[in-house]
Amino acid sequence: MTKAKIKRSILARVIPGLTSLVKKGPSGWMVILGMIIVTAMVVMTVIGPSVAPHDPIRSDSRLIRKPPSLQFPMGTTHLGQDMLSRILCGGSIMLQVSTFSVLVCFLIGVPLGLFSSYVGGVFDRACSLVIDAIYAFPGLVIAIAISAMLGRGVVNMALSIAVVYIPSYFRVVRSQVLSIKELTYVEAARGIGAKWHTIIFRYVFPNVIPSIVVVATINFADAVLTAAGLTFIGLGLGVDVPDWGRDLTSGWAYVSSGAWWIITFPGLMIILLALGFTLIGEGLSELLNPKLQR
Amino acid sequence: MGLRSYIITRILLTIPTLLLLLSMVFLVMRVLPGDPVALHFEKRATPEQMESMRRALGLDKPLWAQYLEYLGGLVDIGYILDHGYPNLGRSMYQTSEEVGGQIFSAFPATLELAIYSMIIASVIGVLLGVASSKSYNSISDHLIRGFGTVTYAVPIFFLGIVFQLIFGVYLRWLPTSLRINPAVDPPATITGLYTIDSLLQGNLLGFFESLKALLLPSLTLGIILSGMFIRMTRTNMLETLRLDFVTAAKARGLKESTVTYGYALRNAFLPILTMMGLQFAILLGGAILTEKTFSWPGLGTYIVDRIDFRDYTAIQGAVVMFGLFVTLVSLVVDILYAYLDPRIRL
Repeated sequence: MTKAKIKRSILARVIPGLTSLVKKGPSGWMVILGMIIVTAMVVMTVIGPSVAPHDPIRSDSRLIRKPPSLQFPMGTTHLGQDMLSRILCGGSIMLQVSTFSVLVCFLIGVPLGLFSSYVGGVFDRACSLVIDAIYAFPGLVIAIAISAMLGRGVVNMALSIAVVYIPSYFRVVRSQVLSIKELTYVEAARGIGAKWHTIIFRYVFPNVIPSIVVVATINFADAVLTAAGLTFIGLGLGVDVPDWGRDLTSGWAYVSSGAWWIITFPGLMIILLALGFTLIGEGLSELLNPKLQR
Repeated sequence: MGLRSYIITRILLTIPTLLLLLSMVFLVMRVLPGDPVALHFEKRATPEQMESMRRALGLDKPLWAQYLEYLGGLVDIGYILDHGYPNLGRSMYQTSEEVGGQIFSAFPATLELAIYSMIIASVIGVLLGVASSKSYNSISDHLIRGFGTVTYAVPIFFLGIVFQLIFGVYLRWLPTSLRINPAVDPPATITGLYTIDSLLQGNLLGFFESLKALLLPSLTLGIILSGMFIRMTRTNMLETLRLDFVTAAKARGLKESTVTYGYALRNAFLPILTMMGLQFAILLGGAILTEKTFSWPGLGTYIVDRIDFRDYTAIQGAVVMFGLFVTLVSLVVDILYAYLDPRIRL
């Protein structure tokens, strides 16, 4: 199959899928709402810098912690920066970190899970043991330890979050493959002499994709929250790039002065972004789980 | 298999898990790129200073020797009996202090927060989950599920800050930091849990003050965690409520609440219990952020403070402690599960 063909066959599945979501009731609507939120966030982050009314980084000592007004609809920060402009531009770091960490998880967790469960034996048992140990550990603690060792930076933050979520991919893929590989069509493929990698990637993998998509969307939401958490405890980027997590963290020090707008707006943006991904993930997992349908 | 042999097997199985976990922590802290000593000084020290710190901490030895020393410190019974805590090395920030001692004095605060948050999360989760499953596909079902979904998406510290703003800054009802009002003497240490210690000593003022201080942090963490419990309870109850024995109980004319809580929930409870065990890891992660938000002097605040000082031995020790705690909890939950459900032991 050529790349164009693959692309067309994916599109041919996605478009009717989207229209049929509407007919699926609440779960379908959850997915659609989530997709709208996430798309809006991505669009906002892309066009944010060009539509921001003020420079999001320039600080002005005369405008420190001004409450929302006509000139500054979301008020100003403790450095006198326009909050609205920072909100418009501030999604980029979170989206980068979460996208990158999901990619890393996907590229490591899925092949490892496919291979490990298909091969079985000692390799599978060893992999599962290590993965289960990571899975049982508090995720944020691992992310903190790795992040503290690797130092600051978008890539380092994404990597430390990725380590936490690789087990989720591995476990989902593994449990699915264990049942899929016993199915007749896989046996038939083996019978006609298909190579192991052909069987894994052409025959087994397509059947695992739906579950991986669910894990990936939930992973996205968690990555956003973990990135915000790491920033909050001082493992953020350390440079003044507009970032919701950073604004929320630095605004926290001024809560006692009653400056609610400094924390409220960045906080709501993080919630909205994470909620978008969560809605997609929850909706999809309900649509794909026949047990919950009655 | 009897309960006793199940427990023994389960405890023995914990040993390889623990070893793996400890090795992973070692791998992250010592083998990943990033030299703890260089990171600690942030390039503001002479090579001699760095070398002497490496020697003092034993970081100049080969990796395998460091590894054995690290594991040896954890199982050194003599040391544990002398000090009351395992040997986790010396702090890089306060070089005269033992990390183990600092961690064990910070731990009860985290434990107390964890216990109360777990109680709040399970009460909210089970009550709302049951209510949601009983009104399947109605407005209240959707509202409760919506609440559950939103809790997944809220950063814990944001909820904490909002609570501080509302109850601490505007209403001035509740304290927003520390374990007890600084004007009140903390109770003498018996268990290290302020609410229990003050009750044991009949110190009602201490009890109410520590409960007041606990309220916002544990509510924050509890609400965030309740989402998972709501979902878990709801799905399990939906399945159980359809079973014949529930219909039979209803047909016998038992009260609605007796059927729901006495019959259905009791059967749906086992998976919820397992969930509690799994949630504990997430709870501890959340506890770090909650503690930081409320300046709660526990293990989470400790690890965050030590990140600021780049105290890598302390970070490693705290990570080990979190790991040990989670392993212990999952052991207890598994044993409890086997006790409650004999099928597990087969």
